[in-house]
Amino acid sequence: MDSIRKRARELLEKNTVKVVIGYGVGSDNTVRAIFVRRPEGVEELIFDETCVQNLAVYLLKNEIKQIGKLCIIANISALRTILQLASEHQIHEEELLCLSVTPNGELLEFTGFKDIENYISSCNRDLPDKESEMIKKLEKMSVDERWQFWMNHLSRCIKCYACRSACPMCYCTRCQVEYNQPQWITVEATLMGNFEWQITRTMHLAGRCVNCGECARACPEDIPINLLNYKTVLTVKEKYNISAGTNANIDSVMSSFESDDKENFIR
Amino acid sequence: MNIENKLLKLSSLEGLVLKLNQDGKQVFAPVKKDNIVNFAPVSAFHEMTQDYIVTARSAKFVVFPRVETILEMQFSKDNITLKDKDLSSIPDAVLLGTRPCDAAGFKVLTSIFEGDYIDNIYVTRLKKTTIISISCNNYDAKCFCTSVNVHPGGTAGSDILLTRIDNDNFLAEIVTEKGKEIVNKFDTLFDIAPDVNKDSLVANVPVEFDLSAILGKIYPRFESDIWVEQSLRCIGCGTCAYVCPTCGCFDIQDVSDGHNGQRKRSWDSCGFDLFTLHSSGHNPRNTQSKRWRQRILHKFVYVPEQDNILGCVGCGRCSRACSVDMNLKEHLINLIGELTK
Repeated sequence: MDSIRKRARELLEKNTVKVVIGYGVGSDNTVRAIFVRRPEGVEELIFDETCVQNLAVYLLKNEIKQIGKLCIIANISALRTILQLASEHQIHEEELLCLSVTPNGELLEFTGFKDIENYISSCNRDLPDKESEMIKKLEKMSVDERWQFWMNHLSRCIKCYACRSACPMCYCTRCQVEYNQPQWITVEATLMGNFEWQITRTMHLAGRCVNCGECARACPEDIPINLLNYKTVLTVKEKYNISAGTNANIDSVMSSFESDDKENFIR
Repeated sequence: MNIENKLLKLSSLEGLVLKLNQDGKQVFAPVKKDNIVNFAPVSAFHEMTQDYIVTARSAKFVVFPRVETILEMQFSKDNITLKDKDLSSIPDAVLLGTRPCDAAGFKVLTSIFEGDYIDNIYVTRLKKTTIISISCNNYDAKCFCTSVNVHPGGTAGSDILLTRIDNDNFLAEIVTEKGKEIVNKFDTLFDIAPDVNKDSLVANVPVEFDLSAILGKIYPRFESDIWVEQSLRCIGCGTCAYVCPTCGCFDIQDVSDGHNGQRKRSWDSCGFDLFTLHSSGHNPRNTQSKRWRQRILHKFVYVPEQDNILGCVGCGRCSRACSVDMNLKEHLINLIGELTK
């Protein structure tokens, strides 16, 4: 913790960065994102295993970008998001500085995306145990059982789109659901509309999801929507041997084509 | 009418829920499912949970559903037939287990839906809904009702307010004619009220800030940096509005297959950038801080000015649901600090 604060202070004092995005103490013993702009503010920074929010969601937020060059204190999810965003040409190396801390408490300062790639290659990128088990359970279900499982959960969805807002990869300035000429996806939060939305969200994130789990964490109805994305993470890995957020130059699985692709409809 | 006191035994609630159902009323009560408590239809009292501070989502959907067809259209070769919503199709409902803050929330919604335009669908739904609230004997860190003039044992907005006296008995305060109708209809379930001190039976929710330090004082700080400061971590999802008992904004969409169509209204949120996006491309609230300011101003400036009622009931749902810890109580206290600078 001290090493992070010390380095953040230096960066702010020397005006290397204008803002440090990190974790601080939130209300009622929780952790929240904080945006430190003055050197003395670094004392509020914390970093431990409770710092789970994927702070990379703030990298593309206008009001934060406007502050100036930024430093982000990144957990594994955020680092992977940064690589994926770089793959999609949403961020550039010179715009931000990344700090992190290893499980042993060692401060890491990344000099570029290559550096992040090297570190990520040594990190555990497996899905969390709980979710892995859930997916196995879902895979074992019959189609009807699985349908019931999702009907049961998605009937609760109120279409507040918190899953979209919390997802650092959902950065479209105008989301598909917001087009109404024509209206591709119904606005109403009915079972049909909820399925349309969640299936669209899942497919749009296929090959791009870095399994940070922010969507499920943000859901006010506790719907395990991250399982939909995690299943695509496994499928994309299995079929294309691609893991999002491991390299700053990954082609989009859903919109790229290799000449040795098994599917030939495009030729 | 004067509030009349009765005694309602816990054991009588089972009969009450049964009889209300038999009477053709849809009874909604807090139900725990997948570890989350929300209002859901119940056919028996035991389906209701007693283990909740407030439900995750508010009870507003009973009078303001998340999706509602408000108009139907039929297209023929040279004619369009419009059909208003059939108000007689709206069922009688009973809300059981709302908290006094929920009940107070209906007053705010009513001020919106009965403002310059009378929304007959809302009015009919509310008229057909009987609200049987239960006083709070517990609260959590997100609650701040007493700071916004709502009391954990307050009767405003309820037709009947139940306050737990002990394990087996409730004090039932019959607040409105609608409440009295229920008591008259099922009079064998109610007994003579004992002499109790209600205040000693409800939670002692501390007053956390001085409302008078906010009311009438925010607007001059319209351009203050505080809105940016407070909302940097806001990710602009609509959760706060969707769980809020007093947020009444909606979106209207026409759906049609070419022959038949429906005009539907769905919940909306001022936290979305699309909410104020003009067809020209201009957006008067083009940043999250402007949208956050709107949220606070709507509840603490505009609604009080227009309708002489506060737009927030202090239930704390927005803060509980927020995934990035936008704690409303804390922001209001912080705002007072700024205002008194």
